[in-house]
Amino acid sequence: MTERLFEGADWDFRTLQRITDACEEVALKDLGLDVYPNQIEVITAEQMLDAYSSVGMPLFYKHWSFGKHFAYHEASYRKGLMGLAYEIVINSSPCISYLMEENTATMQTLVIAHAAFGHNHFFKNNYLFKQWTDAEGILDYLDFAKNYVMQCEERYGRVEVERTLDAAHALMSHGIDRYPGKKKLDLREEEKRAGRRRQHEEEVFNDLWRTVPKGASKTRSAISLERRRKLLGLPQENLLYFLEKSAPRLAPWQRELLRIVRHIAQYFYPQSQTKVMNEGTATYVHYRIMTKLHQQGRITDGNFLEFLGSHTNVVFQPEFDDQRFSGFNPYALGFAVMQDIERIVTNPADEDREWFPDIAGKNDVMGVLRDVWANYRDESFIAQFLSPKLMRHFRMFHLHDDPEERAGIRVDAIHDERGFRRVRRELARQHDVGYIDANIEVVDVDLAGDRRLILHHRVIKGSQLNETDAKRVLQHLADLWTYDVALIEVDANDKVLREYVVSPRPIPAAVA
Amino acid sequence: MHIIDRRLNPGGKSLENRQRFLRRAKSLVQGAVKKTSQERDIKDVLEGGEVTIPLDGMHEPRFRREGGTRDMVLPGNKKFIEGDYLQRSGQGSAKDSGPGEGDSEDAFRFVLSRDEFVDLFLDDLELPDLAKRKIAQTESEGIQRAGYTTSGSPANISVSRTVRLALARRIALKRPRKEELEELEAAIAASTDEDERAELLAQLATLKAKSKRIPFIDPLDIRYRRFEMVPKPVAQAVMFCLMDVSGSMSEHMKDLAKRFYMLLYVFLKRRYKHVEIVFIRHTDRAEEVDEQTFFYGPASGGTLVSSALQAMHEIVRERFNPSDWNIYAAQASDGDNSYSDGELTGMLLTEKILPVCQFFAYLEVGESGGSAFDLSDSSLWTLYERLRNSGAPLSMRKVSERSEIFPVFHDLFQRREATQEKAAP
Repeated sequence: MTERLFEGADWDFRTLQRITDACEEVALKDLGLDVYPNQIEVITAEQMLDAYSSVGMPLFYKHWSFGKHFAYHEASYRKGLMGLAYEIVINSSPCISYLMEENTATMQTLVIAHAAFGHNHFFKNNYLFKQWTDAEGILDYLDFAKNYVMQCEERYGRVEVERTLDAAHALMSHGIDRYPGKKKLDLREEEKRAGRRRQHEEEVFNDLWRTVPKGASKTRSAISLERRRKLLGLPQENLLYFLEKSAPRLAPWQRELLRIVRHIAQYFYPQSQTKVMNEGTATYVHYRIMTKLHQQGRITDGNFLEFLGSHTNVVFQPEFDDQRFSGFNPYALGFAVMQDIERIVTNPADEDREWFPDIAGKNDVMGVLRDVWANYRDESFIAQFLSPKLMRHFRMFHLHDDPEERAGIRVDAIHDERGFRRVRRELARQHDVGYIDANIEVVDVDLAGDRRLILHHRVIKGSQLNETDAKRVLQHLADLWTYDVALIEVDANDKVLREYVVSPRPIPAAVA
Repeated sequence: MHIIDRRLNPGGKSLENRQRFLRRAKSLVQGAVKKTSQERDIKDVLEGGEVTIPLDGMHEPRFRREGGTRDMVLPGNKKFIEGDYLQRSGQGSAKDSGPGEGDSEDAFRFVLSRDEFVDLFLDDLELPDLAKRKIAQTESEGIQRAGYTTSGSPANISVSRTVRLALARRIALKRPRKEELEELEAAIAASTDEDERAELLAQLATLKAKSKRIPFIDPLDIRYRRFEMVPKPVAQAVMFCLMDVSGSMSEHMKDLAKRFYMLLYVFLKRRYKHVEIVFIRHTDRAEEVDEQTFFYGPASGGTLVSSALQAMHEIVRERFNPSDWNIYAAQASDGDNSYSDGELTGMLLTEKILPVCQFFAYLEVGESGGSAFDLSDSSLWTLYERLRNSGAPLSMRKVSERSEIFPVFHDLFQRREATQEKAAP
């Protein structure tokens, strides 16, 4: 029998080292995981709150909205409305996991298995993270961003910087390239180039705007619509990118700020597309590791029971009519599907052979799972691997709510033969970020006229923008663009549903 | 594989962000602070604490979609079959809102530290006519002890520290003590045996040599007192607190006055690097007292307001040259004064006190409920009102409830439009 990793609830740093070594052994040998080097940091509850408010990153530029979130989290924490997360993990190399000092030894083991191996493996291997994030460069880049923002504040004043960042934040969810094709970000290189670019841009006039007519009326037709669109890269759904490149009157440092916000939005983009998978993976990995450690006798029955208690809480899925219900719990869904994959691979029923011919009975659980973790995101993962058995298990059903329908909300499909595929498709769709976010793009700029910027919101299923918010965001947009901005909401048949026009607020004083 | 203990890292990384948020939300928070402080005791105010501010004033907009037809997949179906209809309002309408919606729009409680609270509370207050007198804001250098050093001037040798170090060294190096030598010498003198004597002599020689090698005081032991120059702020303001403690003042009235002074004290401490406070209490005679006595000491007797003013005048003449000091006075009284004293009081005020004062605040305290209080103006009130009408820098308010203290204080010291351009310290 192997030696116990710890006794009771207390731990010290030698215990943590033993725990990590034991987890690593299981993770690498038994599960065949491939991880970034780990760095584990023990922090206090207060530091955990700090980390929360700057989107979990160890360093971040200063901005009031993070203070707001801090105040909000702190208030709800004090009131006892919210427990603190047991851990925060950062997609960087080395992969940094924060553990809270209040955790018991069992919890530390769980957290290390969950974060330092589960999340870590996922960060390193999932295609979205590979494609869009640069784990080696992120911390350096954030450091650069922090200093850059600070310098700008010194040079151009805090109010100016805040104004630009506020605007950039409002557009953050529309500062993302959704489709690959561009080369992966190299944030270290990005940081180096930032300096050179600023210098360059300060010297060079933006050619695009040298469209002042020379001969009387020739130009208006000379720049054809097509050419204009091409010059501006239209249509463009990455609003921050568009502004950074084409807004006529932004100072170079403002463009750099937009760029920073855009890079950070892009860095977090994969996380929003892989919540179910990411948490599912980490949960599956910690479950396997903890079970193995228990089998080996390295943790006691008591510790294992404590672990099962926490684990059960984490993967608890309230039903729709439960007070606690707030949508699908990504931990529960992800973990359930992965366990189900394990079952299908090792012990499939006839139904599973029919639904999953590629993996049913393949017997190589970890091989299949590693492949899944590497090549799917939430939407495709659910569309591919949610089995009839699980839909029955969760008793899923699909509601269709049409405000026009007087009879009420229709139950469109349930967990039966007729409904499986429809329920699954609909649930997958709910996890498709491309579908969740409003589809807004820049379609044209009236170059020859008043330089009005024209955006389209393609309305899906009659769901229009919240008016108050839309106006406020457009105000920010107009302030950056410095000319009028029009947003037109059109439905699938190009019928105009609503139109917003916003003029920029006067700039207090021209900024250098 | 690294395991790092970050617990000792400074926390409060968010402090800066929090301050930015506070600055941004200042007007909101300030309103909340005012509201809160009216409901609270002064002591509690000074503790800081929670204020509730609406979060939507700090809303960060995003493009959000709403309405339209919605599809959702939910867990936990018990009885529905395809084609069923659910009532919208009833159970099962599953009124779940989209992400980011509805979770942050409520007011939330914001915990302010003591300093933040008091700062915000006092933010738009100032002492009137602050810049009227030219106060040289120079700072003089003062001298302050700052430990010991190994070099310095002989005048600064610290004997006790030097001796202590020498003693420690002698003990550590085992320097023979005088008694040991004497003992040995006595033993030699008493000894008869030649061998023993020789041995003792040798011992004595060793010890003596050792004594020589290890001096009683070594230059290494010497310590000098070290002094540091520190800038000392020149006192810039003095506040005279004049309180009537005569028999007619009830506990409730005294309590109101005390609260007012406490608030004043906090306010002055914030505004000035250095502020002098002079406490004068009076019955039919006045005396300068310390803070403790002022607030808690029992006293009783008749009333002569002029005595307090006279005392203040004398103290100003002795210690606070009006060309160097901003002089403020706050007087609290129930308004009762001896009939015969009115003239003298008015004379003292107009000729001696008001000319040297930046500002004179008069607080008239009344009984709780204050019904009798409203009947007619007291003798003092009438007198002061006359003075004010003739243009004296005098403010006067009546207070009869605890909850009125804050608004009145605020009123008295609100930043005046006319003095706005004058620089605050």
